[in-house]
Amino acid sequence: MPKRKDIKKILIIGSGPIVIGQACEFDYSGTQACKALREEGFKVVLVNSNPATIMTDPETADATYIEPITVDMLEQIIKKERPDALLPTLGGQTGLNVSMQLAGKGILNKYKVQMIGADKHAIKKAEDRKLFKEAMKRIGIDLPKSGLAYNMQEARKAARRIGFPVIIRPSFTLGGTGGGTAYNAGQFEELAQKGLEASMISEILIEESVIGWKEFELEVMRDKLDNVVIICSIENLDPMGVHTGDSITVAPAQTLTDMEYQRMRDAAIRCIREIGVETGGSNIQFALHPETGRMVIIEMNPRVSRSSALASKATGFPIAKIAAKLAVGYTLDEIPNDITKETPASFEPAIDYCVVKIPRFAFEKFPAADPTLTVQMKSVGEVMAIGRTFKEALQKGIRGLEIKRDGLSGIAYKDAAALEERLKTPNAERLFYLYIAFKERYSVEKLYALTKIDPWFLENIREIVEFEARINKENLLEAKQLGFSDRQIAARLKSDEDSIRRLRKEDNIEPVYKLVDTCAAEFEAFTPYYYSTYETPFRNSRNDKKDTFTDDEMRGSAKKKMMILGGGPNRIGQGIEFDYCCVHASFALKEMGYETIMVNSNPETVSTDYDTSDKLYFEPLTKEDVLNIIDKEKPEGVIVQLGGQTPLNLAVPLEKAGVKIVGTSPDSIDRAEDRKRFSELVEKLRLIQPPNGTAVTVEEAIAAAKKIGYPVLVRPSYVLGGRAMEIVYDNKSLQHYMQQAVWASPERPVLVDKFIEDAIEVDVDMIADGETFCIGGILEHIEEAGVHSGDAAMVLPPHTLPKEVIEKIRQYTYALARELNVVGLMNVQYAVKDTTVYILEVNPRASRTVPFVSKAIGVPLAKLAAKVMAGAKLKDLRFTREIVPRYICIKESVLPFAKFAGVDIALGPEMKSTGEVMGIDTDFGRSFAKSQLAAYQNLPVKGACFISVKDQDKKQTIVSVARKLLDLKFNIISTTGTAKFLADHGVYVTTIQRVSEGRPNLLDLIQERKIHLIVNTVSGKVPRQDEVRIRSRAVSFGVPTVTTLPGATACVRAIEALVRHKISVKPLQKYHRKVTRKRWKK
Amino acid sequence: MKALLVLEDGTVFEGKSFGKQGEAFGEVVFNTSITGYQEIITDPSYKGQIVNMTYPLIGNYGVNPEDIESRKPWLEGFVVKELSAIRSNWRSTQSLDEYLEKNNIPGIEGIDTRALTRHIRLQGAMRGVISTRNENTNALLEKVRASPSLVGIDLVKEVICQEPYVWKEKAPGVRPKYDVVVLDCGVKYNILRHLSRVGCRVKVVPANTSSSEILKLKPDGILLSNGPGDPAAVTYVVETVRELLGRVPIFGICLGHQMLGLALGGETFKLKFGHHGGNHPVKEIKTGKVAITSQNHGFNVDIKSLPGKDTLMTHVNLYDHTAEGLENKKLKFFSVQYHPEAGPGPHDAGYLFEKFARMMK
Repeated sequence: MPKRKDIKKILIIGSGPIVIGQACEFDYSGTQACKALREEGFKVVLVNSNPATIMTDPETADATYIEPITVDMLEQIIKKERPDALLPTLGGQTGLNVSMQLAGKGILNKYKVQMIGADKHAIKKAEDRKLFKEAMKRIGIDLPKSGLAYNMQEARKAARRIGFPVIIRPSFTLGGTGGGTAYNAGQFEELAQKGLEASMISEILIEESVIGWKEFELEVMRDKLDNVVIICSIENLDPMGVHTGDSITVAPAQTLTDMEYQRMRDAAIRCIREIGVETGGSNIQFALHPETGRMVIIEMNPRVSRSSALASKATGFPIAKIAAKLAVGYTLDEIPNDITKETPASFEPAIDYCVVKIPRFAFEKFPAADPTLTVQMKSVGEVMAIGRTFKEALQKGIRGLEIKRDGLSGIAYKDAAALEERLKTPNAERLFYLYIAFKERYSVEKLYALTKIDPWFLENIREIVEFEARINKENLLEAKQLGFSDRQIAARLKSDEDSIRRLRKEDNIEPVYKLVDTCAAEFEAFTPYYYSTYETPFRNSRNDKKDTFTDDEMRGSAKKKMMILGGGPNRIGQGIEFDYCCVHASFALKEMGYETIMVNSNPETVSTDYDTSDKLYFEPLTKEDVLNIIDKEKPEGVIVQLGGQTPLNLAVPLEKAGVKIVGTSPDSIDRAEDRKRFSELVEKLRLIQPPNGTAVTVEEAIAAAKKIGYPVLVRPSYVLGGRAMEIVYDNKSLQHYMQQAVWASPERPVLVDKFIEDAIEVDVDMIADGETFCIGGILEHIEEAGVHSGDAAMVLPPHTLPKEVIEKIRQYTYALARELNVVGLMNVQYAVKDTTVYILEVNPRASRTVPFVSKAIGVPLAKLAAKVMAGAKLKDLRFTREIVPRYICIKESVLPFAKFAGVDIALGPEMKSTGEVMGIDTDFGRSFAKSQLAAYQNLPVKGACFISVKDQDKKQTIVSVARKLLDLKFNIISTTGTAKFLADHGVYVTTIQRVSEGRPNLLDLIQERKIHLIVNTVSGKVPRQDEVRIRSRAVSFGVPTVTTLPGATACVRAIEALVRHKISVKPLQKYHRKVTRKRWKK
Repeated sequence: MKALLVLEDGTVFEGKSFGKQGEAFGEVVFNTSITGYQEIITDPSYKGQIVNMTYPLIGNYGVNPEDIESRKPWLEGFVVKELSAIRSNWRSTQSLDEYLEKNNIPGIEGIDTRALTRHIRLQGAMRGVISTRNENTNALLEKVRASPSLVGIDLVKEVICQEPYVWKEKAPGVRPKYDVVVLDCGVKYNILRHLSRVGCRVKVVPANTSSSEILKLKPDGILLSNGPGDPAAVTYVVETVRELLGRVPIFGICLGHQMLGLALGGETFKLKFGHHGGNHPVKEIKTGKVAITSQNHGFNVDIKSLPGKDTLMTHVNLYDHTAEGLENKKLKFFSVQYHPEAGPGPHDAGYLFEKFARMMK
């Protein structure tokens, strides 16, 4: 069927900031969709609040709105743009939900916007538990048995019918309390009784437990002609009970016979038809009883998902791109398969390798969080690895996680009981406990009983463990085939990585590169998407035995090549921003005529889309894996400064191996990163650094602190995201910190810096080509120094700094860039106290704020940086003058506290945010209001505000905040201390007793939704129990909470803007027109 | 134990032996199905062939008594990248290794099966040997070159039933309405299962049964089954089919489809490396609907060679645009080159059995 002629303009909604459960995969899908639709001649209107995305690049869509994803904002955009259609299925759950709201409120009807892909009925049927259940029953697909009960008698009856174990879920409770799993009648009596009591309507759902069943997913696509294909099957290593985002998953499914697989396939096809997803992709989850084979459907996502991104990368089939084309009327057989060119997209990919996805967690950032893996997702990123066997892929995946493991290895444990507990209860390290268990000679059967992980996976893990002990110089090929890294082998043979590399090269044991081609080599593939493996050589019968061949599918070319190293799995501190930079580099270098080679291991990203770069290597970012590729490709240069700390850490080792690192030299990088050399640099340039020292022992640390004076900021060297960074006020806390810092060594001492209190932090991003130095943006933090720059809100251009301070910052930045001979990007962080400008750190690489700054000033900094690194000059690229926009851009961070119940939300020097949003408008108040809306902080325009600040914060600022709120007709409630202070300054507020003083207290008011804003600053390093309870309760009830004074001031300005003005929308292209017009005139 | 795979062009793959030790010759083909090795092994159409599985991890779910497509395995040899050391499935009763050993089929594992696949794709399907007996590759090569090729050889007679039989497996809840004779050229059980599911009493007769004997059974319809090898070499079936044309509704599958093509006076030709797998898209020309199909054939009907205008091409393979289906309303037959019975593979084309049933009404 040809494409539809009745629609011309299509609205696509992105997924907003990166949060746990919704990461860059939706930038990948949205970007693909935008490209695909524009290719077909449609106009695309894009809305996303996340500036660190490729989809919000002004080139990606016809009109790009970096605006909060709310119904009001979207209605304004729709009114302005009048799109004919809305494609709701590519922006994750966020996009889907807001589309449903738009439909529900009649806005789509009002403006005659039709939903394409999936309409509201289909979405509702898939999302509503009850409707979904009924639909599945209608088509005869089995579900977990369940029943509702309103009293114990009914409950017992239901339990008898279902059989133990059962899950009890009370309806209408707060925060899911009162539920649980009952394994026998005794437990059931107790849990059911409790559940009935906890439910406000005395209703409990009793559901058959499928915990421990095998878990599968199918990625399904359907077109207008009702052709349905399965793109990929995925089997979870972790059985039911662990969120699929937190599970190790494997593609394709490994333990199903064809009969069972086809039964699942049939069910999936019936499901997508019954739900009525007209065109596009869906993800359907099944659970299978391991002993009976009974199959039940768990859920269906009527949209592209994290799993579809994974499936796309695992198969080479671009699900989102095809979904977009199907939505505008094409059928699968009309769309060519890009990889084979000659065959159509109406097929099911044949895989001839094994793909393993492993989640990456960040529990070290949230020590108070419960690390048990449950049905709520907790991981922050993932790595994907491809091998010819599961064993090879698993080991590649583990080293690709960048968690200081070179492959499968063990973990410390107390005793057998503790070990078994860690095996039984799903947790982030279960794989490493399995290693230990096999070392301890546990059998596959015993471990199956403990973990319910399918024996097939256990046996494969066992084989790795068993072989490790047998590694010797004679069986290196076999070791490599099992995925062992040179470092693992070196550890085994008491050697070092480089020697093993030499040894294996002497024996011609080198990887071959095979193609991900969608067809298991049945057709020629044109898209160079590679993975490495170690294959057994073959030979010709007439030749001597030694003369062997391996089948390497890597294609040489005469073009000059440039390699870009990506950022690996997302983690807190290193995420989509760096992928954005890598993608830009690839585009820029292509423009310059280079063949671009991307190396990355993160399946969620745009950089691992097979058509982003000329060649894609889906490989772990380790020295060994990267050098192997370099050996074959021999690129002219390698770019390490755009992918975050991961590639930067490879700079020196790669250079030592003879690789040319382009851009700022590794020596300059070292001068900025090495503490001592950095101090020398600062001194040489006569800049000011906060007084500082280093320490390995407690005594040294105390001595350093004494010299410098408290408070001090302590942290390890060479880390990203402020890992283990703390502000310390006294000897006792310093002692405590040093005792924890077991990693400290003379090579990696603890850094002790004077902490400048009440300073304003400033981030500067700049670009240089060795001749021209140009500032991209100066960003003033809203929160005071001490909050990690990754968590702080920032304003561009600075809103409070005096002119002379800004001028000083400019001069310092240029001086540093000149001295370090920066070629590419550099980020500098300053702290400003009064008019003194302290330099905190210099990062001669792309920073997290590069995409934000690029969006703010309308100049693609990362693109320019890549070109500059390849030898271009800024003068020729026409970027020589700093752009100071007339509008205000604010970057706000998004924090994952809602996922970690009970964890304190206070901000500090350790970064905790997962994502960011951007607010743009004409003034500070409006921009900040937008940034808060976009970050899901629902600023109130009326109601009650609770204010309680620590003693140091009892000053004029809080008085102004309170006064302003009163002017805006808010009620203010405070605890006695703050109330008294405010009263002393002429502001009279209601008092409420402290939480510890009894009830009713603030917690009750929050629960009754009588509090609409909380200003609560953190007292000291160890916050009082009260505060933590207040803040975490506020998070569960979605009450916006501000933990710093400057944050409070900003919020009040935003509330004022919301009360006094109507907030309007404007596309990025229009903002940029302003700045670029000015630029060309000059 | 070491095993060698030697191809007729002299390429040698060295791997590990599994299944039966010994020596086996056959045409080496690759199959791209991810699941379904047990069905593939028991598919009589693989007689004379050594099958290389492109999916690298084989044997994971073992072997069970139900997922069989005929009374025994037929392929000559089996090639995999990694044979699973464990079988994990609740229905499994035996490991693949044990199963092949018991059925005298040699296997080789640990070779670069993707390299082999690419080699066959580029050079075409070719003869080969799996051997655990002989390490002299030159001697093996000579033997390979002396082994028979598939072209011009009647393999059907090797796999067919010796005596007619009635298919006894009943489809639950179905009242049989039609008498169908299946001309067994190497029929897969799933064809018989599908026929009973659409209400057929199924009688299977060997390929060499004459048309008069078949007609004596007064069938409501005749199914021409799949089978191994070169259709042009099975002249006696072509003759029988010619005599049956127009007498009763006929449904041809795979080799049966080719037999119809030949019986009409058309020609068949050998494909470079055949179609073997479970993911080929086939379009029904009339409706534009695409089915993902199970495929297993090395020969194809040359659509241009068919005389007259009454026989229409109904289906086309979207990969290489070869003919996948024929229909002639006057002569009351239709046929497909692929496997609507699946086993292994997707069930998208199962509706053709219902179509056959409707023809018999």
